[in-house]
Amino acid sequence: MATVRLSNIRKSFGGVEVIKGVDLDIADRQLAVVVGPSGCGKSTLLRLVAGLEEITSGDLWIDGQRVNDIPPAKRGLAMVFQSYALYPHMSVAGNLGFSLKLAGLPKDRRLAKVREAARILQIEPLLGRKPRDLSGGERQRVAIGRAIVRNPKVFLFDEPLSNLDAALRVQMRFEIMRLHDELRATMLYVTHDQVEAMTMADVIVVLNGGAVEQVGTPLELYRQPRNLFVAGFIGSPRMNLIQAKVAAVGEAATTVTLPGGAMLEVPAVSGRLSSGDTVVVGARPEHLSLGESGELRGEALVVERLGSATFVHVAVEGGATFTVQAGDDHPVRVHDRVAVKMTGAAAYLFDASGLAIARLSQAGRGGERSSVRERQSDS
Amino acid sequence: MKRTLRNKALFTAAAWPVALVIFFPIFWMLVSGFKTEVEAVSTPPRLIFRPTLENYAAVWQRADYVRHAVNSVIVSVGSTLLALGLALPAAYAMAFFPTRRTKPTLLWMLSTKMLPPVGVLVPIYLLFRDLGLLDSRVGLLMVYTLVNLPIVIWMLFTFFKEVPREVLEAGRMDGAGPGREIASLLLPLSLPGITSTALLAVILAWNEAFWSLNLTAAKAAPLTAFMASFSSPEGLFWAKLSAASTMAIAPIVVFGWLSQRQLVRGLTFGAIK
Amino acid sequence: MTLPPVPDPSAGRRGPRRSVRTLPLKLPSVIVLLLWAVVPLVMTIWFSFERYNLLNAGERGFAGLENYRFLLTDPGLAKVIINTVLLVGGVLAITVGLGTLLAVLFDQSFFGRGAARLLVIAPFFVMPTVSALIWKNMLMDPVNGVLAFLMRGVGLRPVDWFSGAPLAAIVIIVAWQWLPFALLILLTALQSLDPESRESARMDGAGPFAMFFFIVLPHLRRAIGVVVMIETVFLLTVFAEIFVTTAGGPGLASTNLAFLIYRFALLDFDIGGASAGGILAIILANVAAVFLMRTVSRSLET
Repeated sequence: MATVRLSNIRKSFGGVEVIKGVDLDIADRQLAVVVGPSGCGKSTLLRLVAGLEEITSGDLWIDGQRVNDIPPAKRGLAMVFQSYALYPHMSVAGNLGFSLKLAGLPKDRRLAKVREAARILQIEPLLGRKPRDLSGGERQRVAIGRAIVRNPKVFLFDEPLSNLDAALRVQMRFEIMRLHDELRATMLYVTHDQVEAMTMADVIVVLNGGAVEQVGTPLELYRQPRNLFVAGFIGSPRMNLIQAKVAAVGEAATTVTLPGGAMLEVPAVSGRLSSGDTVVVGARPEHLSLGESGELRGEALVVERLGSATFVHVAVEGGATFTVQAGDDHPVRVHDRVAVKMTGAAAYLFDASGLAIARLSQAGRGGERSSVRERQSDS
Repeated sequence: MKRTLRNKALFTAAAWPVALVIFFPIFWMLVSGFKTEVEAVSTPPRLIFRPTLENYAAVWQRADYVRHAVNSVIVSVGSTLLALGLALPAAYAMAFFPTRRTKPTLLWMLSTKMLPPVGVLVPIYLLFRDLGLLDSRVGLLMVYTLVNLPIVIWMLFTFFKEVPREVLEAGRMDGAGPGREIASLLLPLSLPGITSTALLAVILAWNEAFWSLNLTAAKAAPLTAFMASFSSPEGLFWAKLSAASTMAIAPIVVFGWLSQRQLVRGLTFGAIK
Repeated sequence: MTLPPVPDPSAGRRGPRRSVRTLPLKLPSVIVLLLWAVVPLVMTIWFSFERYNLLNAGERGFAGLENYRFLLTDPGLAKVIINTVLLVGGVLAITVGLGTLLAVLFDQSFFGRGAARLLVIAPFFVMPTVSALIWKNMLMDPVNGVLAFLMRGVGLRPVDWFSGAPLAAIVIIVAWQWLPFALLILLTALQSLDPESRESARMDGAGPFAMFFFIVLPHLRRAIGVVVMIETVFLLTVFAEIFVTTAGGPGLASTNLAFLIYRFALLDFDIGGASAGGILAIILANVAAVFLMRTVSRSLET
């Protein structure tokens, strides 16, 4: 069993608190992704789990054991660094085998483990080379191999894909997911890229300014964001947000007035809301459409044709720019005046403090053009 | 491209005469060492001649030359080893466990190197006299250690800081304790830096020409002081003097050539890297 | 593998415990340098207020500011200070001026650049006493020297350097030694100039002169500053070259402050006077050093 539990973890550097009370439970064999903007503290959090930084207060439990005071090498972890951190003066085989050498494993068993790791990652032909002779992708595999060899309880990944080019990134994403499946290991993965988070994670932790915004499966975060930050962070293209005023509060829905005068009925209700309050309405691009008439009108500023879909960015009333997902061969052109049609049932409401207002039923899935594929959770 | 080839030829024609003129004094000294005494001082100066090794042989046979050469070696290498011994732990501590006081301490250490030696000539001379350290290799060695220590610490500090932190952390995650971290990771990675630091220290000590002139005499003088004693040789002596000079400077010039790029950082106290 | 008795220091324990453990590593160096820097300095200051001559050791006593008054009213001091300034200024002008031009030249690609660079750098590694010897006897000797030979060859009367122009001779010798230093530093700085800056200047129409004045020179400004500061600090105490060639003469014509103090101390045995002079030299050096330390301090930030 390899579970990880963080209990009210806090970290301060000097007088500045950078991790502000994080609670997290990672089940055995889960791939948990910590995602957030630059500077949110995700790398620091990972280093706290690794033991490279000292926890200021709070408890860290690995496999049921409190490890706050246990040095990194004895926590049963292995880490893949963002810069790979390979030992430049050792060969690939030397890099892979270093931890085993330190542990005193005899040479033949060391070699066997090194070969096994190399086989899994398909880097056997590279065993004799030095890191400086390897490409970025190859170096990353060696970094992962170094972790595999230690047979750890938990794998830690610190933004491993950020130094790779786009095509390689996609390929390595698949590799890491395949590895997760094959090794059946618990993994804690840190990234700033929400696409990586959405595609790879069993559970996502959204971190912002050292505090957890929301924890959940990718789909939970996508469909039921707890606040404006998560709503805006998860999902690409971003959720469209616009200010509106509450017109009427009902039992099953709240009616709001959008800039431009149109009304929208959203099935989200809160006792705290009253008529005249300012709220923020959110709508994902795939839940919008361009039509003859709509709740918002404006000029098409930019039209992005991806081949599989078209994203139209419209400057609507109120100063906001709305991104609408249209069909792959929609005839709209730049500078066209268009109307954006919204579906109240698929919209979100956020109160003045940014918190989501509870929805009374699951929103529509946006038809066949969902921009995030369903993912089976397998823990 | 024809234009770049023409440019290259132009620059060659501009640079090489300059290089030859600047190198000429050394060249002339080098060449004179292989001439006979008569040839060496002849006017007009002779470029064509039959080279001979008699001067080199004569100089090597002089016991005092050998003694002073040995002094140079002992004092330079000794002070460098001593400086490294003091500096390595200090630079390690300052590079990997910096505190608020690390930077001011480093700056203060560098500032001691800017103290003009003549300002403390008097007390050092009197101190050495009273302690019996005048004209002793030990005394000079200690002075050189202190004179070079700031630069040695400084250069080692900058080289240690260039070892990527994550590589050492990866070692820690792999289970390396501090001793193993230093022996298996830090030293191999910073060895080129340590070597060029040592070379620079040897060069500076070998060429030092203030304390060696004022604190030593016949017994402990290194080559700098020994050569200075020939400030007015008689004409017939010159070829041998050239041979002696060539031997005195040759190893250091070669060291300098080998480490020229790494020296920049030490010579400018890190202001230029 | 056995566990070390203390917990892994890299487990990240900061605070007093960590600095206690690193203090013994730093302490020997700090103590040793502290003694070296402070003790002699204090002694010099003390001696500068004493009437103390090694030849009359019995007559030692407190002298107040007498040494300083004596020093500062000495008519020779003005000449010596001027010599020092001329020496430093002259060497700076030659090394920085020529050094910059040569750096630009050596930055270009040409045949045998590596070898030429070795030749140009060599003088810096020749010990100062040998340099002085070579120049004095082989090059500048009015009868047998190479320079004399060349001058006679073009019909000029050879210069008797060491009696007629002793300070100039010293400037030439020292500049020859330090030119490679300036060249090496400036060349290194030049090679850090982003080639894309040059390319974009070319696209904007810059010819070689414009390139030099508007792109290269500004980039070198900081390096030139560093070279000037470092050379000033060390050129103020030029000693060996004077010792070997002119011994400061004729008269005081080629005496700089460092040599003057040496004369007071080890030729006149005037400890008091030499100490006062030493303090003066230290003050002068400090002025230059302050600027240098500020630059180094800034580069430590990075």
